[in-house]
Amino acid sequence: MYTHGFMSFAAVCVTVACLVIIGSFSLIIYNLGIFVSDMEQQNRVLVYVDENYDNAEAKSVGSRINLLENVREAVFMSREEAVKRFVEQQGSGEAFEGINASDLRDRFIVTLEDNSKMNETVEELRQIQGVADISDRPELAEGFTTIQRILNIASAAIIIVLLVVSLFMISNTIKLAMYDRRDEIAIMKMIGATNRFIRFPYFVEGFLIGVISGAVAFFIEWGLYDLLAKRITAMQSLQLFNIVPFREVFLPMVLTFGVAGLFVGMFGSVMSIRKFLDV
Amino acid sequence: MIEFRNVTKVYEAGNRALEGVNLHIDDGEFVFLVGPSGSGKSTIIKLLTAELEPTSGSIEVNGYKLETIKKRQIPYMRRTVGVIFQDFRLIENKTVFDNVAYGMRVVGASGREIKTRVPYVLDLVGLENRGRRLPHELSGGEQQRVAIARALVNNPAMIVADEPTGNLDPQRSYEIMMLLESINALGTTVMVVTHERELVNRFTKRVIAINEGKVINDGMDGYYINEET
Repeated sequence: MYTHGFMSFAAVCVTVACLVIIGSFSLIIYNLGIFVSDMEQQNRVLVYVDENYDNAEAKSVGSRINLLENVREAVFMSREEAVKRFVEQQGSGEAFEGINASDLRDRFIVTLEDNSKMNETVEELRQIQGVADISDRPELAEGFTTIQRILNIASAAIIIVLLVVSLFMISNTIKLAMYDRRDEIAIMKMIGATNRFIRFPYFVEGFLIGVISGAVAFFIEWGLYDLLAKRITAMQSLQLFNIVPFREVFLPMVLTFGVAGLFVGMFGSVMSIRKFLDV
Repeated sequence: MIEFRNVTKVYEAGNRALEGVNLHIDDGEFVFLVGPSGSGKSTIIKLLTAELEPTSGSIEVNGYKLETIKKRQIPYMRRTVGVIFQDFRLIENKTVFDNVAYGMRVVGASGREIKTRVPYVLDLVGLENRGRRLPHELSGGEQQRVAIARALVNNPAMIVADEPTGNLDPQRSYEIMMLLESINALGTTVMVVTHERELVNRFTKRVIAINEGKVINDGMDGYYINEET
C-alpha cells in the first residue's frame, strides 16, 4: 500500500468521487420522494352529504366512510364551517356576505391510503347512503402517482448506472496499480505462492481503500448536504420545499457508504488481480 | 525426478514446439539441456513448472503427475522446483535478505525459520555480507547468486536454471556453474538450460540436446554436439 501510495491515493479519490455522486443523487431522489408524498397527502377527496340530512345524520355518514379499506381518515366539516372558510378564503369582499349556510352541504374531507386506487374508492363512496356528490380530482392523484413511479424507476436506473461506472473506474484504477506489480506477482507464482496468499494483501488494500473512501465520502456528503440545505431553506421564504435534516438519514447513509465503499474496493481489487493470477 | 513420456506441444497458432519428447532425469542428477534458440528448451521448462499444458503425452515432476494435477496443487508442486532465470527476476525494492526471505514467506515459514535459514543460504552462495544491499547495488553474477539462494531457500528437490549465465561474462558464468555443481553435490537435482557450448564442454555431465522440438542426443559424455549436425 505504501510503496504504491500514488495509485492507492488515486483509487481512493475515484471511489470517493463516485460515492459522493451516488450519495448526492440518492439524497435528491429521497427528498423529491418526500416532497411528492407530502403533495399527495394534500390531495384529498371531498364527500358532500345530502342537504336534507341534519347535522347528526350527516355525521353518521362518516362512520360508514371510515369503514372503507382505502380511507385513512374522514374529517367532518359542517356547512356553517364551510361557509366561514369560503368567505375567509375570498377575503373581505362584500359580494360573499349574503351567502347562507343552507346554500352549501355538509362534507367530509377524506384522505386516502393509496391514491392509485382513487377511482375504486370513489365508486365505493358513491354507494354509501347519504352521499350526494364527490369532488375527487383524479387527474391530480394520477399525476402524483405517475411522478412517484417515474422517480422510483429513474433513481434505481441512475444509481445502478453510477454503481457500474464507479466499479469500472475503480477496477481500472486498481488494475493499473496491479499492472505496476505484475512482475512481483509472477515471481510469487514462480516460487510457489498460492492464489490465496497472493490475493490477501490486495484484498486488504481493497478493504482499506473501501473503508477510507466510504468514510471520506460520507463526511463530504454530510458537509455538502448541510450547506445546501441551509442555502435552500434561506432562499425560499415560503418554505414550500422542506429539506429532510441529515440526522434523519444519518444511519442509512453510514450503512450505504460503508457497504458501497467496501463492496467496490474489495470487489474491484479481486476482479483486477484475477488476470494476473493466471500464470 | 522428471519424466516426459511422448510429450508433444503445439501452440494455438499452430507452432509445433515439441514432438514426441521422452526424457527421464533421476534424483541427484546434473543435466545440461542444450539447443539453439527456438528448439523447444523454454517450452520444456514451462511444461515442467505447469505454466503450460502439453498437447499430448504425460509429464511427472517430483511425484506430481501434471496431466491430472489439480490447479490448487500447482503451487505445492512448484515448491519442489527452484527456477532460476537469465534476468534474475529479483524484487528491486527489497534487500538481498528480503528477496531470499520472500521465498520462505510465500510458503508460510515462521520468522524464526527465516532468520536461521536465510543467512545459511546466503553463506552457501557466497553472499554472506550482502544481505542489506539492494539488487541494483550488486554485480550481475551476485544478482544471479541471490536468485540461486532464493531458489534454494525452501530446499527444493530440483533446481532448473534457464540460461543462468546469459547475462554474465565467462568468468562469472563459470563461477555460477561451479556453484550449481556444488549444490548438486549436496543432493539437489540440477538441470541447466543453455546454448553456451564452451561452458557445457568444461563440465563432464549428461547433455540432452534438443532441436526443432525433438531430442537429438542424450549422452553422458559431457559433449555439446554441434548445432549444425
